[in-house]
Amino acid sequence: MTELATYNFAYLDEQTKRMIRRAILKAIAIPGYQVPFASREMPMPYGWGTGGVQVTAAIIGPNDTLKVIDQGADDTTNAVSIRAFFQKVSSVRVTTKTTEATIIQTRHRIPETALQTGQTLVYQVPIPEPLRFLEPRETETRKMHALEEYGLMHVKLYEDIARHGHIATTYAYPVKVEGRYVMDPSPTPKFDNPKMHRSPALQLFGAGREKRIYAIPPYTEVVSLDFEDHPFEIQTFSEPCALCGARGSYLDEVILDDKGGSMFVCSDTDFCEDRQSEGHQGHLSANPAQADTHAAGVEK
Amino acid sequence: MRATTQIYEGGFSDTVFNSQEVFRALMDAMASPGRIIDIGSLTTAPTPISATAGAVAATLFDHDATVWCDKPITGSVPAMGWLKFHTGLEVNLNPSDAQFALISDLEAMPSLESFGKGTSEYPDRSTTIIVQIENFDGPQELTLSGPGIEVTRTFAPSRLPRMFVEQWTANRGIFPRGVDLIFAGKSALAAMPRTTRISKREA
Repeated sequence: MTELATYNFAYLDEQTKRMIRRAILKAIAIPGYQVPFASREMPMPYGWGTGGVQVTAAIIGPNDTLKVIDQGADDTTNAVSIRAFFQKVSSVRVTTKTTEATIIQTRHRIPETALQTGQTLVYQVPIPEPLRFLEPRETETRKMHALEEYGLMHVKLYEDIARHGHIATTYAYPVKVEGRYVMDPSPTPKFDNPKMHRSPALQLFGAGREKRIYAIPPYTEVVSLDFEDHPFEIQTFSEPCALCGARGSYLDEVILDDKGGSMFVCSDTDFCEDRQSEGHQGHLSANPAQADTHAAGVEK
Repeated sequence: MRATTQIYEGGFSDTVFNSQEVFRALMDAMASPGRIIDIGSLTTAPTPISATAGAVAATLFDHDATVWCDKPITGSVPAMGWLKFHTGLEVNLNPSDAQFALISDLEAMPSLESFGKGTSEYPDRSTTIIVQIENFDGPQELTLSGPGIEVTRTFAPSRLPRMFVEQWTANRGIFPRGVDLIFAGKSALAAMPRTTRISKREA
């Protein structure tokens, strides 16, 4: 039996899509500026990526291939449920491969594999205003952006140095876009900030609860704020990925037992799996021959 | 053809997928200024509205969008009827507070200065101007640079507003305020957001 009624393609009604699309075009025209939009209630709670979902729903079409990641992983709750949502309401192709995707919706990571022209990265953003924790009033932060008054942000970074001896901000590290707007890159680790700079991919940011959309067009200057004597630095890891042996990728710590044992693995699951299938191994990789006898508690 | 037929016919054959296709073309055009993106012929609007401009209108306009149209369009009963029937647009008589402007006659186009430029606090409250042109192999080649362009890109619309380079430099000068342009050619479109810089091609 055929269904009597289904949702419109990609869930949102056409008038909502037009409203979001108009906001996206303005956001691209003014890189880093937060465009207000009439965010809708979505069939998931705020904080689960309603902004990103609305942006993806407004741009996605039948020719797209969608990848959804949560902290770099394709197989965590948020990623799985958003991917299932779009399969249900838009029947688009989905993938876990970064290179095959035309739209990648992300929560808090940028894939390790360099993005290409024609790809669109959609970020889920909780608090779009980088100055919000320094100045709670929207009227004031709006004026500060208008007047390009970002001294407060530098004071915050300076206080980090005064207290810790280095800039202690490790995620949602503020960037300046095209020499004009200071922007919150969403809570990505600062490790990912350099990937935003002159990326060939289009980057769109959706904040559902806060009702803002902003964007970075391809090949746009994105500079992390710093000081001459305390230049911006990304995180480094002392050991390689325990599963694929990668150095220079962003690692997550995974607890192995209750005796303080842990291992570090790539947060980007697709990147890690690709490397493993190419034969790279880390020190905790299960050897296929001994995999059955030697259960190290490591998820392969 | 009778005026009523002209008004009711010629819209998108599939509202959902046609508008998605045209929007993606617009998004890509805005994100890579001067790149020409083919959209085929998805609408048939009454003269003077071209098929491409009609498709852009049907994608972006609705009762929430205020639009200023130039004289040849407002003077045509079928053209205005078509826009109203297919988009439900809100017609605005003052170009400086319209969200969009639809220009069919570039010769008589008001200066960019007379359109909405937004405010310092809300630079998004500006006019996106849709100009109809014939094609993208015009005599004057512009060299574009800025966000969305890796190094430079050559862009040669068949026609440009008068004193365009000077007007655009002024528009670029008031960034983040300013207008954005969409060029609707024959079955293809291109865009120039306010961030784009022009240098005239050196001989």
